[in-house]
Parts: sequence; C-alpha cells; structure tokens
Amino acid sequence: MAKKKAKEIELDLSSNWDYAPSMESTGHIQLKKKYDLFIGGKFVKPKSGVYFDTINPATEEVLAQVAEANEADVDAAVKAARKAYDTVWSKLSGKERGKYIYRIARLIQERAREFSVIESLDGGKTIRESRDIDIPLAAAHFFYYAGWADKLDYAFPNRNPQSIGVAGQITPWNFPMLMIAWKIAPALATGNTVVLKPAETTSLTALKLAELFQDAGLPDGVVNIVTGYGQTGSHIVNHPDVDKIAFTGSTGVGKLIMKSIANTNKKSTMELGGKAANIIMEDAPLDQAVEGVINGIFFNQGHVCCAGSRLFIQESVYDIVMRKLKDRMQALVVGNPLDKNTDIGAINSKKQLDTIKKYIKIGKEEGAEIYQPNCTLPKKGYWIPPTLFTNVAQSSTIVKEEIFGPVLAIQTFRTVDEVISKANNTPYGLSAGVWSDKGSKVFNLTSQMRAGVVWGNTYNKFDPTSPFGGYKESGHGREGGLQGLEAYLKFNA
Amino acid sequence: MKRIEILKTYKIYIGGAFPRTESGRYYQPLANKKPLGNICLSSRKDVRNAVVAARGAQTGWAEKSAYNRSQILYRIAEILEGRRSQFQSELELQGITKVTAEKEIDASIDRLIYYAGWCDKYTQVFGSINPVASSHFNFSTYEPTGVVGIIASEESSLLGLISMIAPVIAGGNTCVVLASESKPLCAVTFSEVLATSDVPGGVVNILTGNTKELLEHFASHMDVNAVVYCRNNKDEINQLRLLAVDNLKRITIKDNVNWDDEKVENPYEILNFMEVKTTWHPIESISAAGSGY
Repeated sequence: MAKKKAKEIELDLSSNWDYAPSMESTGHIQLKKKYDLFIGGKFVKPKSGVYFDTINPATEEVLAQVAEANEADVDAAVKAARKAYDTVWSKLSGKERGKYIYRIARLIQERAREFSVIESLDGGKTIRESRDIDIPLAAAHFFYYAGWADKLDYAFPNRNPQSIGVAGQITPWNFPMLMIAWKIAPALATGNTVVLKPAETTSLTALKLAELFQDAGLPDGVVNIVTGYGQTGSHIVNHPDVDKIAFTGSTGVGKLIMKSIANTNKKSTMELGGKAANIIMEDAPLDQAVEGVINGIFFNQGHVCCAGSRLFIQESVYDIVMRKLKDRMQALVVGNPLDKNTDIGAINSKKQLDTIKKYIKIGKEEGAEIYQPNCTLPKKGYWIPPTLFTNVAQSSTIVKEEIFGPVLAIQTFRTVDEVISKANNTPYGLSAGVWSDKGSKVFNLTSQMRAGVVWGNTYNKFDPTSPFGGYKESGHGREGGLQGLEAYLKFNA
Repeated sequence: MKRIEILKTYKIYIGGAFPRTESGRYYQPLANKKPLGNICLSSRKDVRNAVVAARGAQTGWAEKSAYNRSQILYRIAEILEGRRSQFQSELELQGITKVTAEKEIDASIDRLIYYAGWCDKYTQVFGSINPVASSHFNFSTYEPTGVVGIIASEESSLLGLISMIAPVIAGGNTCVVLASESKPLCAVTFSEVLATSDVPGGVVNILTGNTKELLEHFASHMDVNAVVYCRNNKDEINQLRLLAVDNLKRITIKDNVNWDDEKVENPYEILNFMEVKTTWHPIESISAAGSGY
C-alpha cells in the first residue's frame, strides 16, 4: 500500500522551487579591451599582429580581444625565460624563490573575487565553483609549493635535486586558473622559468595573473604568457631551447606532443583524458552515493578529466538508485553561471557543445536510453541539460570514449570481480570512485582500481598536498604533493 | 678414449618454461673468433608469448606480500651464489679475465640482496599521508606499472642484466628481457637460476636475439606498460620513444651507465617502474566536510 502511494507522488522540484535570482556583481571587474602577450615582464604587442575574441559562453558576448602568438613571439618568450633563468632565477636561493611564490599566493587571495568572476565569465563555470573551489585552490597551490622551494633536499634524499631550465606549459580550458597554478607553482618552486600557453577560450585569468606577477615584483621573464591556439602550443613544444613540456589536455593531443619530442631529451608531464568508473555497491549509503555521482559527473558541466562518467550500480539497488538519481537531477539548476543558485553553468565553447551533442546522438543511435530532466535552457549561449544513458554496454561508444560533458553512462553488475574487470577495461586510468559502508570492501576495490586517484565514499576532491595524475593512457607524472616536484627536477646523485 | 662432451643447448625462457624460439633460427656470437654457441634468434611471436606470460603472472606477483617478494629475491641470490662457477666460466668465455668475472659475480649477488631488502621498505620511505585541508584521510602509495620490457645492457651481460631485473620485480612488476646480443650466455643461465628460485613462472621472461629485429616489437606492443633501454644507440632510443607513444609506455633510458658503480643501486630504480596512487576517504562521517560531496 505504502509502496503504491510512493509511486504516485513524483517530485517536481523545478516547478515549485524556483529560486529568486542571486546574481554575483560584475561591477568591480577590470578588463581591458585588448590583451597583449606577457613577455619579459611586460605586455608586448604580438609580432603576428593578430588578435582573437574571447567570449562569454553563457551569452556569446565578446569579453575582450587576446593576442595570438606566432613562432617569433614564442621564440621571444623562450629567450626571455632563458635569460631570466640564467641571470636571476637559478641564482636565487630557494628561500628567496619561495618568498616570491608566497607573495603570489597572497595576492591571489586578496583578489580572489575578481578572479572568480572573470573565471565564470570567460569559461562558463558557476560562480559558486570558481569562488569556492578553483580560485581558493589555486592560491593554496602557490602557498603549498612556495614552502617547498628551500626544502627540496628533504623531498629527494641522496639525490641532489636541480632545476631543469625552461618549462613549456600548456593548460586546458576546464579549470583555467587552477591548472595554471598546478603548472607554475611547482615549476617556480623547483627553480625553473616558464613559458605558458593558456587555452584559447579561457585566457583572461592567465592574463590577469600576469598583471599580478608584475604587482608581486616577480623578476622579468620568470613567467611568460603567450596566448593562442594549438599552433602556438606546438611552437612551444618544438622550440629547441625548451627543456620540459607539461601538458594537460586530451589524450590525442598528448600523444601528438609525445611524438614531436620523441627525438629530443625534453622531459614531459602529461595529464590526459579519463573515463572513470564510479561504483555503487549494494551496501553503500545510497543518498550520499547519489550526491557523489551527481558531483562526479555534473561538477563543472562534466568538463573534468577525472569525471565519474561511467556509473556502475550493483543490480540489487539499481531501481532505488535510479529513482534517487533522477529526482536529484530534476532539482539541478542549469543557467547563468553568475547566479549563485546555479548548479550547472554553460558549456565552455561552441566546439565543445558540438562534441557533446555528437556523443548524445551516437548514444541514441547505438540504442541507449536517454534521460534528461525537464529544464528550461537560456536562449543564448551554450547549454546541455544533465544527461544520463542506460541500456549501454562496455562496447558502447559513450562508455569507451571521453565526452567531457554532463553525460553519464550507467551499467549494472552483480559481483565484485565483475565490476573490477569492467571498471579497469579501458585504456584510461586517471581516477575511480567506490561507494560502500564496508571498510574491507572499500579498500579491496580502491586497491584493485588501475587509476592514479581513487575516491572512497567521496568524489572529485582536490588538494595541493594530494598528488594527481594517471595510469596508462591518462598520462604520466604527478601534479600536487611532494610527488609533484619530481617532474621539474633533474637528479645528479 | 677421450669422453665426448655434452654441449649445452641455449634456449629462451618464457612463462617458467624453456622453449626454443618460434623462429627456428639461431645465431653465433663470437668471442676470440670462436662461436659462443647456437643462440636463439627470438621472433616477434616469442616477444608476444612472453608478454602474455608476463601479463598473466603480474597480478599474482604484485599481490604477494612484500615480505614474500623480498625472500624470493634473496633466494635468487642464494641460488646464484651456488652456481657461481658456471657463470665464472661463461663470463670468461665471453672474454673477460678471471678476476673481473669474479668481481662481476660478487656484485651481481650483492645487488640482488640489496633490492631484496627494499621490497618491504620503499613504500614506507616514499609513500605519504597527505595533510589535505578537508576532512579526509588521504594517502599516496606506489603500485607496479605492470609489464616492463628490459633491453638489457650489451656490455655488462650479468651485472647489467640483474641491475635492471631486480628493481623491476622488487616493485611487483613482471618483465620481458632482451639479453645482451653479443654476450648472451649468462642471461640464459640466469634464467635457469630463476627457474629454481621460487620465482613464479612468467615473472621474468628472457629472450635472446637481434635488437634491430625485436626492439620495435617491445616498443609498440600495446600490453607492455614500460620499457627500460640500457644501451647507447641514438636511433634505437628515438625509435623506442616514438613507437611507445601509442599506449603511452613509460620509457627509461639508461645510456652510458657504469654498472659497477654502487651508485646505480638505489630505490629510485624501483620507483621508475611504479605508479603513484592516491586514495581519499572521508573522516568521521561519510561525505564529511560540508555540502560538497
């Protein structure tokens, strides 16, 4: 009787629970109309003479123009970095280097709100996320690595760690500022200088950071920022005077980079794609698990390399988990990233929107069953409602390939062995999640996952002290923690 | 009448067994202008068979307790010590002096003992508990990369070989080894040591043959996770790096190494073939630390 009654009542949170808009103000934001390249401590006009628009993906309005660096521009940046390395940065004691990095951390904290708002404007992510996660974590990352600068001998006993030289760094558009912090902070702490190319759709926080470096008094040329598309990145990769490449992005581009540096002695760190399994065991705390699944795939519009994009539910709890999941999805607010009520913001670019739509189409064509909650999407801008697919197989395209959007593929399993083999059956190995109230089961599963970051009863957690990076085709090297220093050092034991 | 001597047939070592090469071919490396023996010219198929054996053995090997792996490495050293005279004569046959050969054998045994001792210690020294700002227990530890290809030293046919096999298997990896092409005798005899040392079949697989023919198959095999190259040929290094990209193999280059130098013994050689895994779990209540699960 009670069961029947429960079935009749359907939650309709979206129609009854409209929140009044709660908009973050943009009045205090200072953006120039046009941004030049940051080379040798100054903003300089690009030799290419070319600028491109950077837009707000939630409104399609142009925010600013950004310079596109060509080969000559990149060469100037590498020369500036080399000069700074030879004349200043490599001569500085670790203690003094550290103090500059502490300054950077403090200045980011002071200007956190400005960076947060620009991050949301330029990239489409919700203000709640950029305010509470991206920018604070970026500052924390600089703060953490600042302290390592004069303690490297303790991190690598009997190894005599030394800086490498000039690091070329290419960062993605999903966490623009945070990924820049992940790259620059350890590079500077270990005594290297940097040429950085931020992603073309999200260059603004990088350029604001360049202004901040000037304010911090960071010596000229220690960090150089060259904006542009993939072509600009390839000039960095192929420059003979770059000693190390650090890249975060797709596995496809990562492999291209590895091929271009195969006949050189350039060191590399690759943070590439993922297709993580998120596993719900029948003895899991289901409400928390559902919340973890939501956070695992819809956090940052699913533009997360470690997103829990493959959900595995133990058969005995499949029905109840699906009901809870759909109810929870119905309550998600999709819309203006600057509204503090928003859970899912705008898709980062038209190109990515097309990619996600392509995969949704493939999912349907391959016979998967789609579910999307009722939600009204803004007329302008790039949007995808939270989406899940059931009736998929290990061989489905949407189960095999990284979509990088708010799209979840759901499978079931019966035994622990079955889910371990299904979860590991992928060329990727970046992350995984496991939900169970039984400690021995959690540890069994976390230790069996072939992945670099494993969350037990939680998901998508990040911290400067916690190493991040993948197994297999998800890349090599770690960012974060003591282990994150290694990629920027050479050893003369 | 003088007794007719029994000559040794040198075979390869795959999955704990001693097959002849699938190719049915052989070569004769020379020392002092005399052939050392008829040595198997392993084929691509042998490499593939060896990788299957190594993959099959990997999980079981990694799941053994560190204490057990440590004892097995120690056991290899014990058996090697007991068969020193055979290695002595092979090393001399391959062209080095009696004294140098003795030293190489001593160092090889000691190197095994050194890495035997690390098996149950490197996670303590290099693992970490990370003080994250949220209410989570967070730790990083090392797990084996998986199946490792070893292109062993050309010159140092015993010590160079053992200097790479020992750290690779100490960390729970399994391996497929390409022995020194010009001095393959010790590698084949070492596989007989392995076969009698409690090392499960498939953990170490040793092939002999032509580097030019086989390197690309090590480099391009999609089920090999890492390759360490212990020679000096620039073209081969470039070829290896390029072909390794397709499944992002971890590549380690050990060119111009002096294997006699004790400095080559260090735990970082183990870590080169490991992956860092970081695990998070909430403290106090599940999904602790506020609203963000």
